[in-house]
Amino acid sequence: MSSGKTMHLNIITPDATVYSGDVSFVVARTEIGDLGILPRHANLVAALEIAPLRLDSADGKKTFLANFGGFLEIKDNVVTVVTPNCELPEQIDVERAQRAKTRAEERLQSKNADIDFQRAQLALKRSLLRLDIKKKMG
Amino acid sequence: MSSAQDLRKRIKSVSNTQQITKAMKMVASARLRRAQTKAKSTEPYAEKLGQILKNVSSTLDSEKLATYPLMNVREVNRTCYILIGADKGLAGAYTSNLIKFFGHATEAKEASTFETITVGRKPTEYLQYHHYGLTHSHVGFSDKPEYSHARQIVQEATKLFLEGTVDEVILIYTHFVNSLTQNVQSLKLLPIEMEGHVEGELNDLYIYEPNVEAIYDQLLPKYLEITMYNALLQASASELGARMTAMTSATDNAGELISTLNLEYNKLRQAGITNEISEIVGGANALQ
Repeated sequence: MSSGKTMHLNIITPDATVYSGDVSFVVARTEIGDLGILPRHANLVAALEIAPLRLDSADGKKTFLANFGGFLEIKDNVVTVVTPNCELPEQIDVERAQRAKTRAEERLQSKNADIDFQRAQLALKRSLLRLDIKKKMG
Repeated sequence: MSSAQDLRKRIKSVSNTQQITKAMKMVASARLRRAQTKAKSTEPYAEKLGQILKNVSSTLDSEKLATYPLMNVREVNRTCYILIGADKGLAGAYTSNLIKFFGHATEAKEASTFETITVGRKPTEYLQYHHYGLTHSHVGFSDKPEYSHARQIVQEATKLFLEGTVDEVILIYTHFVNSLTQNVQSLKLLPIEMEGHVEGELNDLYIYEPNVEAIYDQLLPKYLEITMYNALLQASASELGARMTAMTSATDNAGELISTLNLEYNKLRQAGITNEISEIVGGANALQ
């Protein structure tokens, strides 16, 4: 177990462990709002939204990740994010996200009965998140 | 008796075939290694998700659990089978083992009492040829599945289950043991059964955000997706393993065939030479 100033964070997706290291602060968005986590937090399980995930490393450097839902568990000062997908800023393809955004917007505006409204909305949400992260991290 | 020329031609054609099977064997073994690493890398995710699910379900009592639509156990009138097979052949008995298993599972049932979802061209073609009802089919990714494929199949299956079209969903896939052994297995996907559910057996106290019920509601589909993804990865590793084994034995067989043919060819060649020498000697003797 780490000292009182940091906690261990693991971000696990079905294909890989995206992040594993010591952090000093984590902000994750749940259904009812942002959740800030400092070291030695009580045990917790939360469902996450499609939203940025902020983590401050042990030396205070801020990073934003694109997190696409999933769950967060805190147990004995170890934070585990189990998510279908989570992207580091450098992994994001801006052009692709831009294309996906345009496509989703077109679909939502077409007012066609055959389109899967919910799916288009989720696609829009995902592309907006990617662009947002890219803007935040440069 | 074939002539020396015929034998030469056959040896050439067999060694060409051997070259092809050898190349396919090497491709399959390289991809198998990659598929195995991929299957391994999903383990932490599946493990952690299962752990959270178990923790959460231990805080709910059995009556509460039964109210979740995905865990609704009812009398089985109609079943949905999900068959995970290969897109391409040349993988030994891989696809036929799967279909045999499916045949046993559905032996006592009328074809109208089940629906099928297939992955891979081979099982799809089989079911079409034998006029089974095919509800959904997926082709093109049997040897390189991705998480999004798993999600799509789970969505289709849950829709059938929640609409009441089917009362259970059974997954038939090949479990990868090693490149020589693969077992066809079936797994009940829906309704979800919580193994060893002990009410109120709480190891740790947790805060739930927003609340236990909402989390549980979201956990169940994720659990189905990872189960499905795992099955797809197992099947892809099995397919590549079966192909590698099949191609190894094809290459060995071709090697054996070539050496037999070579022996025959050399015998024929020797006989020809002996014959010529005795003719020359005979001619020389006649001149003296």
